[in-house]
Amino acid sequence: MIEALLRKTTIAFVATLLSATAPAADKVKVGFVSTLSGPSSALGIDIRDGFLLAVKLNGGKLGSLPVEVLVSDDQFKPDVARQLFEKNVKRDKVDFMTGVVFSNIMLAALPEALDNKVIYISANAAPSPMAGKDCNPLFFAVSWPNDAYHEAAGQFANQRGFKSVYLLAPNYQAGKDSLAGFKRTFKGEVIGENYTKLGQLDYAAELAEIRAARPQVLYIFLPGGMGINFIKQFVGAGLGKDITLLLPGFSADQDVINPVGTPMAGLFNTAHWSPDFANAANQKFVAEFQKEYKRVPTLYASQGYDAAQLMNAAVRDLKGKLDDVEATRKALKNAKFESVRGAFRFNTNQYPIQNYYVRTVGADGKGGLINKSFNEPILKDHGDAYVQLCPMK
Amino acid sequence: MTGIFVLEQALNGLQFGLMLFLLASGLTLIFGVMDMINLAHGSLYMVGAFLCAWLTSATGSFVFGVLGGVVLTALFGAVLEVSLLRSLYARDHLSQVLATFALILILNDGVKMVFGADLPLAAPAALDGPVELLPGLMYPAYRLVILAVGFGLALLLYVLVQKTRVGALVRAGASNREMSGAMGVDVARLFTVVFAIGAALCAVAGGLLGPLLAVQVGMGENILILAFVIIVIGGIGSIRGALIGAILVGAVDTLGRTLLQQLFREFLPPQWASAAGPAFASIAVYVFMAVVLVLKPQGLFPVRS
Repeated sequence: MIEALLRKTTIAFVATLLSATAPAADKVKVGFVSTLSGPSSALGIDIRDGFLLAVKLNGGKLGSLPVEVLVSDDQFKPDVARQLFEKNVKRDKVDFMTGVVFSNIMLAALPEALDNKVIYISANAAPSPMAGKDCNPLFFAVSWPNDAYHEAAGQFANQRGFKSVYLLAPNYQAGKDSLAGFKRTFKGEVIGENYTKLGQLDYAAELAEIRAARPQVLYIFLPGGMGINFIKQFVGAGLGKDITLLLPGFSADQDVINPVGTPMAGLFNTAHWSPDFANAANQKFVAEFQKEYKRVPTLYASQGYDAAQLMNAAVRDLKGKLDDVEATRKALKNAKFESVRGAFRFNTNQYPIQNYYVRTVGADGKGGLINKSFNEPILKDHGDAYVQLCPMK
Repeated sequence: MTGIFVLEQALNGLQFGLMLFLLASGLTLIFGVMDMINLAHGSLYMVGAFLCAWLTSATGSFVFGVLGGVVLTALFGAVLEVSLLRSLYARDHLSQVLATFALILILNDGVKMVFGADLPLAAPAALDGPVELLPGLMYPAYRLVILAVGFGLALLLYVLVQKTRVGALVRAGASNREMSGAMGVDVARLFTVVFAIGAALCAVAGGLLGPLLAVQVGMGENILILAFVIIVIGGIGSIRGALIGAILVGAVDTLGRTLLQQLFREFLPPQWASAAGPAFASIAVYVFMAVVLVLKPQGLFPVRS
C-alpha cells in the first residue's frame, strides 16, 4: 500500500520535473468523473465505455501521446464529485476533465477545474447558464444543450399538425427547463402541465388526469427509472391508443427499450444521434462497441466516444504542446474529427451547432427493438437560445 | 372533471390504500400486541420484494415467485423475531428504535450483497394491457388484480382476527398484554406468529407493487413513514383502523396529487400553481393526520381506552 503510494508519488514527481523541463508533454492525463454506481449508473457507465473504446481503438493514445484515464465514481453526489475533481486537478495534474452525467453535479464540481485552468469537456450535461451568462472559455460541451431535444420535439409536434399537448416533468430545475424548451418551439396549445415529485414511480393519478384532459400529444421529461415506469403504466392504462407519446431521445434509448420491451415499438423521440446513422465513423463505432461490450450503444456512449475523439484531434493538432491552455482551447475549437453524429461545430459559447433528428423505435431484425432515424433533420444547424448572453466571441 | 375521472382516481386511491393496508396491518399488530416499535418493518417489505423478484426469475412464474417469496419472508420474519427482536420487548421504545434502525441499515447492505442494488420484476404479460370497465374507462388489468388481492387479504385478516382462536388471542394481547399472559396465553409463540404474519403481508405488498414501482434497496423507507401515519390515524393495534386509515391515506395522497394542482390553478398564476401544487400534495397526508389527531388523539378506532 505505502510502497505503491510512494511509487505513484515518485512517478508523479518525475513527471512534474519532466513537464517542467521538456517543451512537449510525453503523455496525456484525463480525469474522468461520472456516476458509476446506484440507480442512475447505467448512464455514467455508457459514457465511460464509449470514451474508453475510442481510446482503445486509437491504440491507447490521444494524438500521438499515450493517455492515462483516471476513472472515478461520483456516487450521484455533488460533494463527492467536487472532491474527485480537486484530487484529479491538484494532485494528479490532469490535462482535461470530463465524464459527469448530471448538470447539478457538474455545476458543483466545475469550479475546481476551471479555476485551476484545466479544461472541462462535457460528454453530457450542458445546462443553459453555462451556454449564456456563465459561459467559460475553458468549458466545452461536445454533447447537446439541455433544451435542444425538447425544442426538437416541439418542432416535430408542429410538423405533425398536433394542436394540443400535455406536459409532464419532475418538479425540479431541469424538469422545468425541459418543458420550457418544448414550449419555445411548439405552436399549439399546452392544455395541461403537471409537475411530479422527483423520483416518483407510480403515475396512476397523473395518468387519470391525462385521460381526462384528452391531449393529442403527451410529452414527458422523466429520466432513468421514472421514465421506464411511466411508459409501462401509460401503456397498461390503455392511453396509447388515443394519445401520441412523444419522448426526448434519452427516454427512448436502449437502456429504456430493453426493460420496457414491446410497448416501446413505434414511439417517436428526438436526438442528435442514432445507432443507424450511415456515416462511416458511426458504423465503425456501433460495430466496435457491440463487439467490445455485447450491447447496443446509447446516446451516452456515443457522447463519451465523441468526447475522446475531440480530445484526440486537439492533442494531435497541438503536437504535444499541452501546457499552453490558450493554444489547447483554440485546438479544441477548431478540431477536425469525424463525429459519429455527422457534421457539427462549436458556437461562440463552445456549445455545439448541429442537426437534430426524429427517431422511431422499430424491430432490429433479431427479435429486439432499436432506434431508427428519419432522413431529414427536424432542426438543422441548431444552436441554443442563450448564446447571445455569452460575452465570448 | 368527469365521472370517469373521479371513478378512476377513486380506484387508484383504493388500490394504493389496500397495499398500504398490507404494510400497516402488520405494523399495527406488532406495535399493538407486542408494544414494539419496529422501524425495520419497511425492510421486511424490501426483503419480500427481493425474494419475490428472485423467485420469479428463477421459476419463470410470477405467481410462484410471489407465493414463494411470501412464505420465505414469513420464515425470515419468524427467525428475526426469535433470534433478535424478542430480546427487545422488555426494553424501552428508544432502544427498540435504535436497534431496529440499525436493522434497516444492516438489511439494506445485506440485500445489496446478496441480490445487488436492484432486481427486475415484471407483471405477467397477460396483465400488461387495460380492461374496459365502463365505456371510456380503461383500467390496467394488473391494478385490478392488486385490488382483488388486497380486498381478499383484508377480508381474510378480518375473519382471522375476529372469528378464530388465534385472532381472539391477538385481540386479547392488543388490549392487555400482561393480563392475557396471566390467563395462560403462550405469549412468546403468539408474538412469533404475529410477526411472521406481518412479514408475510409485507412480502405480498412488495411482490405486487414491485412491477409498478421498482425492486430496489431502500424502497421500504418512504412507504414505512406512510404506514406509521396510517396506524396513528387508525388507532394503534386496530386492524379495522388500519384498513380505514390506509384507504383514507391512499385517497388523500392520490387526490392530493391531482386535485390540489388543479385547485391551485384556479386562482394562482400557472408558474405558482405548478410550484405550490406538488409541494402541498406531498404534505397533504400529514395535514390530514394532524387534523385527525386534533379531533381524536387516540386515532379513529382506539383499542385501549
